[in-house]
Amino acid sequence: MEPFLVAEGISKRFPGVVALDRVDFDLRPSEVHVLLGENGAGKSTLVKILAGAYRPDEGEIRLDGVPVRAHTPSAARLAGISTVYQELALAPDMSVAQNIFLGREATHGRGAILDIEEMRARTRELLHLLDLDVEPDEPVRRLSLAKRQGIEIVRALAWKSRALIMDEPTSSLSSHETEELFARVARLTAEGVGVIYISHRLEEIERIADRVTVMRDGRVVATVPRGAVDQAELIRLMVGRQLSETFPLRVPRPGDEMLRVEDLSVPETVHGVSFSVRAGEVLGIAGLIGAGRTETLRAVVGLDPKSAGRIFVAGRPVDIRSPRDALGARIGLVPEDRHAQGLVLGMSVQQNITLASLKMCSRRGFLAFRALRDLAERYIARLRIKVAGPSVSVGTLSGGNQQKVVIARALAAGSDVVLLDEPTRGIDVGAKAEIYELVAELAREGKAIVLVSSELTEILGLADRIAVMREGRISRTFERGEATQESIMAAALPIEAAA
Amino acid sequence: MTASTGRADGILRRLPFRPSWETLGLPVVVLGMTAMFAVLAPNFLAVSNAANVARQFAVLGIIGAVQTVVIISGGIDLSVGSVLAVSNVLMAMGLAQGDIPLGLALALGAGLAFGLTNGVLIGMTRLPPFIVTLGMLSIARGFALTITDGVPIFGLPSSGFSWIGQGYLGPIPAPVLFAIGAFIVIQILLTRTRFGTATYAIGGNEQAAVLAGIAVSRVKVAIYVLSGLGAALGGIILTARVNSGQPLLGEGLELQSVATVVIGGTYLFGGRGRLVGTLFGVMFVGILQNGLNLLGISTFVQQIVIGVSIIAAVLLTVWRDRS
Repeated sequence: MEPFLVAEGISKRFPGVVALDRVDFDLRPSEVHVLLGENGAGKSTLVKILAGAYRPDEGEIRLDGVPVRAHTPSAARLAGISTVYQELALAPDMSVAQNIFLGREATHGRGAILDIEEMRARTRELLHLLDLDVEPDEPVRRLSLAKRQGIEIVRALAWKSRALIMDEPTSSLSSHETEELFARVARLTAEGVGVIYISHRLEEIERIADRVTVMRDGRVVATVPRGAVDQAELIRLMVGRQLSETFPLRVPRPGDEMLRVEDLSVPETVHGVSFSVRAGEVLGIAGLIGAGRTETLRAVVGLDPKSAGRIFVAGRPVDIRSPRDALGARIGLVPEDRHAQGLVLGMSVQQNITLASLKMCSRRGFLAFRALRDLAERYIARLRIKVAGPSVSVGTLSGGNQQKVVIARALAAGSDVVLLDEPTRGIDVGAKAEIYELVAELAREGKAIVLVSSELTEILGLADRIAVMREGRISRTFERGEATQESIMAAALPIEAAA
Repeated sequence: MTASTGRADGILRRLPFRPSWETLGLPVVVLGMTAMFAVLAPNFLAVSNAANVARQFAVLGIIGAVQTVVIISGGIDLSVGSVLAVSNVLMAMGLAQGDIPLGLALALGAGLAFGLTNGVLIGMTRLPPFIVTLGMLSIARGFALTITDGVPIFGLPSSGFSWIGQGYLGPIPAPVLFAIGAFIVIQILLTRTRFGTATYAIGGNEQAAVLAGIAVSRVKVAIYVLSGLGAALGGIILTARVNSGQPLLGEGLELQSVATVVIGGTYLFGGRGRLVGTLFGVMFVGILQNGLNLLGISTFVQQIVIGVSIIAAVLLTVWRDRS
């Protein structure tokens, strides 16, 4: 069958990154078209453009051969493109029927009075069609996640959607629920709906995909029909990324163990994670988004409560219940989201750098301005932060320099163990290279570094040892030189739906 | 940008301080208002009138100053007016017994206790400040009414205590001295202490403050204790000024104080703001009310004018932020 939805030459740039680079993609009626790729490959950006949430910088979207001009979320919905998001978009306190007809309620005649009976009947019909065992009047809040997802699919059907986008729909489903979802997807395609399906689960892809498009670094690497390539080849296509950046050379000279984490658990996200880092060593933690990497770091510094686990600093057990305790134990976290968690944007560079060092730069509660300024200037120079002076507002700096400010804060506070969570996210290539150089420098100085990154090249280029996390556990550990992009990815991808 | 605004920017940059709404815009407005009333109302510039206005608005100044700290931290204290009333009636009760130290201890103790309760609830639980202090607004008011049985306490024996509210030091009314003291102390707290930096950091980005190892809960407790003590000081001064204990004193003070803070350019959601803005905010409200009074314009109309000013001031800061 001919594709009805065609995207051609789509490019999308965000400050500092090219998210999509001349991407071609199409969707036929009644097919399941899987989008596969690493974190940051551009899948989400592509489906957001198709759903009208982003506007492409270049390229054309055609529906039934007709170019779509103002592609907005409402235009996309009118054209019959619906999305089931990872974070479901239902009103929890409204009923199933109300949710399904939200925004296009049935009325008596042309009036304003709702035809509740009609909506209820229609809902019941659709629920039956998709084999969903829920009542139209049930509030959505009471339904399981799988059922809510089912309701979203019903909604797409009720809106006469022709294309349905599903973003990792099975990531939180049990294997039984996954089977039910597949049955529903089959029902949808039987009705002529085309499904765009983002997933990391390779078995799943083999089962339901009619075609697979693999993306990497904002480009389409290949679009292949089902069965044309095996799993190993798919992995190779996903990760076959060129080592475009050069990484600083470093002879690892690991010293004493600085941080040891034993059997760390956080409810729902981290299950019995153990690792250790030595002075002068970089431990890389790889894994997909949602594998529990960030949660592990947060629990180590006491930002989230842990349900089990012990932490040793320089061989001694420490009780860490807050980032304050962690800093006291000389462990500093550089969080993944600079703006939300790292910086106080209204404050100056100096205030941000010294925020964790106020105690040593004050006497009886009164700030020692000289000491603050000296400390800030020392770290501005040491980390080569490009700024006119310490009193400049931190909000005016580039992403890379802002990231350095957050790292500077952890260092200024005297951290011997530095936990870096996605330190190069959203910064440009030049700034990335500087962060890499900085990480190497810190390791040379004898800091113990834990580096969480979704960029495999970064992990391979910087880490002395690599732990790969999958679904809250460390699935594999590599020594330096053992790992390849393929072997890391194979250890990171979920093997089967969680039971 | 046109050439003329470019030149204006150049001039602004040469000023010895960072020009902004609170250090330039608002003072100009206050000066303009003063000039206008001086022309329209002959008595306006008289020393006695100026001293009166200052005495009248000194307590609002103290409350506005502590409210500034609370708001910079991302919070709000709606209980200040009620806590002030509790301190006022307790002070009056002490005076009625002829025991000034007892009155002072009770009044300050009440401010401390209410502030501590606010602070512990806000700092240790996840209750929003608006809810906690809204509840405390009612609790403290009920407390003031209960201990007085709703009846004002009159006939206080005369003593040197009344100087606090009615006396002068040279030409300066005593309450104004206390207000000046409060502004100096809080300015130092905000700009020269760890506490102040922590306050800005919590209001600017609480998550970042936590990650930087700031004892966020403890700082919040201290902030609301400070606010409670400020309200108590206000209550003590008013006891001396009105020479009585009034359980209904200070109604509406919570919103007036918030008004002085936001007119002064402090961001209502925390992280940004300066005490000097609040100082001008209090002067703005005081001069406006007094000037309109002298012109014989009714208090009803004054309320409208003040309401418009609040919205206009915040609108200005919103525009400033956008550019």
